[in-house]
Amino acid sequence: MIYLQLFLSFFKIGLFGFGGGLAILSLIQMEVEQYGWMSQQEFVDIVAVSQVTPGPIGINCATYVGYTTAGFWGSVLATFAIVLPSLIIMLSICKAYFWLNKRFQGNPYFEQTLRMLRFAVIGLVASAALMLIKPTNFIDSISWIIFAVVAILTVLPTILSPLHLPAHTKKVTDIISHPILLIITAGLAGYLIYS
Amino acid sequence: MFWQLFYTYLKIGTFTLGGGYAMLPLIQREVVDRKGWINEEEFLNMIALAQAAPGLIAVNSAIFIGWRVGGWRGVAGAVLGAVLPSFLIILAIAIVFTDWKELPAVEAAFKGIRPAVVALIAAPIFKMSKSAKLGWLTALIPITAALLIWLLHVNPVWVILATIILTLIIVDITERRRK
Repeated sequence: MIYLQLFLSFFKIGLFGFGGGLAILSLIQMEVEQYGWMSQQEFVDIVAVSQVTPGPIGINCATYVGYTTAGFWGSVLATFAIVLPSLIIMLSICKAYFWLNKRFQGNPYFEQTLRMLRFAVIGLVASAALMLIKPTNFIDSISWIIFAVVAILTVLPTILSPLHLPAHTKKVTDIISHPILLIITAGLAGYLIYS
Repeated sequence: MFWQLFYTYLKIGTFTLGGGYAMLPLIQREVVDRKGWINEEEFLNMIALAQAAPGLIAVNSAIFIGWRVGGWRGVAGAVLGAVLPSFLIILAIAIVFTDWKELPAVEAAFKGIRPAVVALIAAPIFKMSKSAKLGWLTALIPITAALLIWLLHVNPVWVILATIILTLIIVDITERRRK
C-alpha cells in the first residue's frame, strides 16, 4: 500500500506546512524517517539538489521521494498529494475572498494565530537543522569549518543591512551569500579534500 | 487563458532558484507590471493569503492568480506551469542520481556539501526571527517547538495544531476579560 502511504504522507505535509520552503522540511523529514523511505544522508543530498535546481523545495522532495519509493507514478502521486490541500484551501479562500477580507482583517483570533504560527515555524526550521547535525553529515572537523563559513556568509547581508553600506558593497555580499554559489563551492572543496 | 497562465508560470518556475519567496518578485513583474492582470494592492493581499494558508507559497500564489485571472482553467494552467519544471528536473535527477552517487568524485563532493546544506537551513533562522520581531519572551515558542521535535521526536503536525489551539484559547480568555 505504498501509494496510499505516499498520498497520505504528502497530503499531510501540504496541509500542515505553514510558512513555506524551509518550514516544510521538518515535516518531510519526519514522514520520510518514519517509513524509512530515505536515509538521513539521502535527505540532505536532495535538499542540496533542491537548492541548485529551480522550483519549490516541497515539490522537489515530493517528486524525489515518490520516484525512489514507487517509481514514476509514485512521483506523480506524491507531487499531486502535496499540492492538493493548497488547491482545496486556496480555492475556498479565493471564493470567499471579499467576505473573508471584511471579517478577518483586524480579527484578534486570526491575527494572533498567524503571529504565533510565524514564531512556531522558526522552531520547525531550527529542528530541521538540529536533526541533521549527525556524524553522517559532519564527518570531521573540516565539516564544521564548512558549516561555520556558510552560516556566516548567509547571515552577512542581514547583519550588514542596518549599516547602510554603499550599493556595490551590498551587491558583493549578496553574491557571496548566494546559496547556489555556496553549494557549488562546498562541493568543489569536498571534491578537493576528500577524493 | 489556460495557455497564457501556463506559459507565464512555466517561465517563472523554470527560472527561479530558491523556491517560493524567490518567485514573488518575478510573479509581480510578470502579472502586475507586464500583463496588468491584477493590481499592486491585490498582489500584496495575495502574498499575505498565500503565506497564511498552509502549503507551498509558490503553488498558493499560482492558485490565487489563476483563479482571479481565468477561473478554473486559469488555476489549472498556473499550477501546472508552476509545478511542471521542478517536477521534470527532479524526476530526471532521481533517475540518474542513484547511479551517480556511487561515483567517488560525487560522494567526495557531497561530503563537502552536506554540512553546507545544514548551515543553509540553520542560518535563515536569524533573518526569520528578525522579521517576525521575535522578543525574549516569545522566543520561548520556537525554542519549545524545536526541542519537542528534535529531542522528543514529536511530529511537527502536533506542534502546529497545538500552536493554533493554544493561541485561540488565550485570545478567547483575554477577549472575554476585556468585555
